[in-house]
Amino acid sequence: MPDMKPGSRFTSNVCTTEVIVVRGAGEADLRCGGSPMLSAGSVPDGGTPDPEAAAGTLMGKRYVDADDTLEVLCTKPGDGSLGLSEVLLELKEAKPLPASD
Amino acid sequence: MLLEMAAGGFGDRVAVGSRDGGLTFQQLFDRAGAAADRFRASGAGVVAMADVSSVALPISLFGAAWADLPFVPLNYRLTDDELSALAARIAPAIVLLDPEATGRLADLGDVVVLDRQALLDELAEAPVPDGGWDADWDMAGEGTAILLFTSGTTGEPKAAMLRHRHLVSYVLGSVEFMGAAEDEAALVSVPPYHIAGMAALLSNVYAGRRIVQLPTFDAGSWVDLVRTEEVTSAMVVPTMLTRIVEHLDAELADGSTGCGVLPTLRSLAYGGGKMPRPTIERALRLLPEVAFVNAYGLTETSSTVALLGPQEHRDALASEDEAVRARLGSAGRPLPAIEVSIRDEDGTEVPLGLPGEIWVRGEQVSGEYRGQAPRLTADGWFPTHDGGRLDDDGFLHVTGRIDDVIVKGGQNVSPGEIEAVLVEHPAVADAAAIGLPDRQWGERIVAAVVLAETSSTSGASATAEELQELVRNELRSNRTPDHVEFVAALPYNDMGKLLRRVLRTELAHLGDGSTT
Repeated sequence: MPDMKPGSRFTSNVCTTEVIVVRGAGEADLRCGGSPMLSAGSVPDGGTPDPEAAAGTLMGKRYVDADDTLEVLCTKPGDGSLGLSEVLLELKEAKPLPASD
Repeated sequence: MLLEMAAGGFGDRVAVGSRDGGLTFQQLFDRAGAAADRFRASGAGVVAMADVSSVALPISLFGAAWADLPFVPLNYRLTDDELSALAARIAPAIVLLDPEATGRLADLGDVVVLDRQALLDELAEAPVPDGGWDADWDMAGEGTAILLFTSGTTGEPKAAMLRHRHLVSYVLGSVEFMGAAEDEAALVSVPPYHIAGMAALLSNVYAGRRIVQLPTFDAGSWVDLVRTEEVTSAMVVPTMLTRIVEHLDAELADGSTGCGVLPTLRSLAYGGGKMPRPTIERALRLLPEVAFVNAYGLTETSSTVALLGPQEHRDALASEDEAVRARLGSAGRPLPAIEVSIRDEDGTEVPLGLPGEIWVRGEQVSGEYRGQAPRLTADGWFPTHDGGRLDDDGFLHVTGRIDDVIVKGGQNVSPGEIEAVLVEHPAVADAAAIGLPDRQWGERIVAAVVLAETSSTSGASATAEELQELVRNELRSNRTPDHVEFVAALPYNDMGKLLRRVLRTELAHLGDGSTT
């Protein structure tokens, strides 16, 4: 399993999704569309997302696990949903802050 | 990198310039890619720029990051000798200059001078490789993104170091990707060598907000640009807001239609120094539809660490309760990703409500200077050297630099407190309190006061005794200035920061000659 070091980038094996780890530590079974994600630069096998994990990802949104141990940022959107093993990650609600610059 | 996401997410939006004819995010990305190539090939260790804001600024900022070289915005107002000395310290370097100013630097072996316009022409012609530029973004990067020389009030200027991870933490922690609607535009009038000028580029690119640049600030141009470019948000330093308010008031006095208003402006942020209460209160009344934000931060903290939001401004203005009204002078509450602690001289946290030094902690806090050991404590706290206190509701009140505190008879007196009272007087345009040597008390409090030009016509006037009485009533008698000196103007640097050191020298004869 890949290391979830902040700054690590991963690409989906079954769609166009790409993410970068914002917060995390240690190894984790990060998936997209039900299939383990690959290190950025790897060539995907292709295929389609598992229907259980096919709600899609949104550009610029952050996703977290229920225990708040892992946070990833979507840098390219796709059709698959992100997950940690079998459990889907949740969309992190944006904290609205007024523009200060 | 942030720009890569912007180009991927909304590449067709205009990133910098006018809605017609500005550079799109995709074009900015391609120019930055070509700039990175150019910078890498030069063998330089840093990319510096001693120039006003232009489209070359975001191109070189992102291009340098892409080439993994620190970007160094230099103060173009320095003398040629001062600029050359800084360039020598960061060599081997590329220094971008205005086409008219390429002769400003001394002949230094390891410094390559680039003409801004020539570089822009070259990058516009550069072919984009098949499949686009290959971007490598190390978000957790230890690499230095920006080196910013502090103004150096004593001795050599220090170069504050901001790493990629600090800036990315700041942007991710405070800005929502593509949070801006397509019609939004931000006016940037703060110069590149100020942290707010750098933060404005990063935040607005990530938010997808069009950036409009004003290279040299004057209130008339600023107001014109807001109107012609349909600007929706802006960030200014206090002196800029004072001038903008005066300009709008003068327009209103002329009375033609459309004057005194800025119909497209929705949000106005300010920071970078102490905001006089009369200015912000007047601005709130002149622009009732605008959301005001006071941002407090330092270069070493990657810009904003606390802010006073729009509703808090309006609540404070409308309140009868002086404690709530006083929040108008506060820096608001810390950002969600920032912790604030008020500590005494030993670094021990003081009880809530008491004054002390402001310490901050968070991923965006660097606290590092080039060539020096990090100033962060082992557990990540940064002592800011700013004095302040937190009130019962968590609002941070900043009183000024700790070094500026006046020590009279063993009592610490914050100049900001006295100044805030003095400028409330209708006849006072500006005021500064300083400590000067005093044999009996250690230091005596001297207030330098600038009377308002209009005071003769409006009938308002002030005597020294009257102002001393005002401070005595509002504060405590030990805060009362021992002497009030009327002066024509106070010394400021070009960012509107009061130069207390210069003032102390100018008024040295009012001390009693013993040394501090």
